[in-house]
Amino acid sequence: MVFGMVVGTVVCSSRKDGTDGPRYLLVERTDPRGRRKGDHLVALDAVGAGHEELVLVSEGSPARETPSTVNRPFDALIVGIVDVVDGQEGILYKK
Amino acid sequence: MGRHPLLNMILARVTGTVVSSHKSRKIEGIRFLLLEKIDPVSMKGKGDFVVAMDSVGAGPGEIVFYVSGSSARFTDITEGRPSDCTITAIVDSIEKDGVYTYLKNH
Repeated sequence: MVFGMVVGTVVCSSRKDGTDGPRYLLVERTDPRGRRKGDHLVALDAVGAGHEELVLVSEGSPARETPSTVNRPFDALIVGIVDVVDGQEGILYKK
Repeated sequence: MGRHPLLNMILARVTGTVVSSHKSRKIEGIRFLLLEKIDPVSMKGKGDFVVAMDSVGAGPGEIVFYVSGSSARFTDITEGRPSDCTITAIVDSIEKDGVYTYLKNH
């Protein structure tokens, strides 16, 4: 899993992913402190994340291991909203 | 693997088609499109290209995103076929930080 920040939404009316419920969010990769890296990906939102929230993104085949994504073409899924990142040098991120 | 630039649902523009007359029997009848990855803010191409199988009927110039790796085999068209990159959606709009960076047909 990697850290990412929700920076926007992606709307698609024509999609062949076997589902039309969950929405796609535009996620920018960040470091553990939530600093943006300028590298974006599209991820399916399984948790109801909001704008500028730090989230955990599960990548690759594990993204298919939830009830709504099983056997469907997803390789990036938001699986959690981060509250706190506690590193050795103290709190790196707090919501 | 997860950090590989080819992986994850990534925004791209359809820049062309790829035609192959000699190909595996399993992938006959499937359309291949040439995609250029884009920056979702400037909408400019990154000069990074990938060939993807098309499951949605995307056309030249359209903004799409694709799945790669084993997930690429989980569409109706690519199920059981040797695809590692499949277009799964045509993008209507992209909003970043409250501003629309892309609106189709605008």
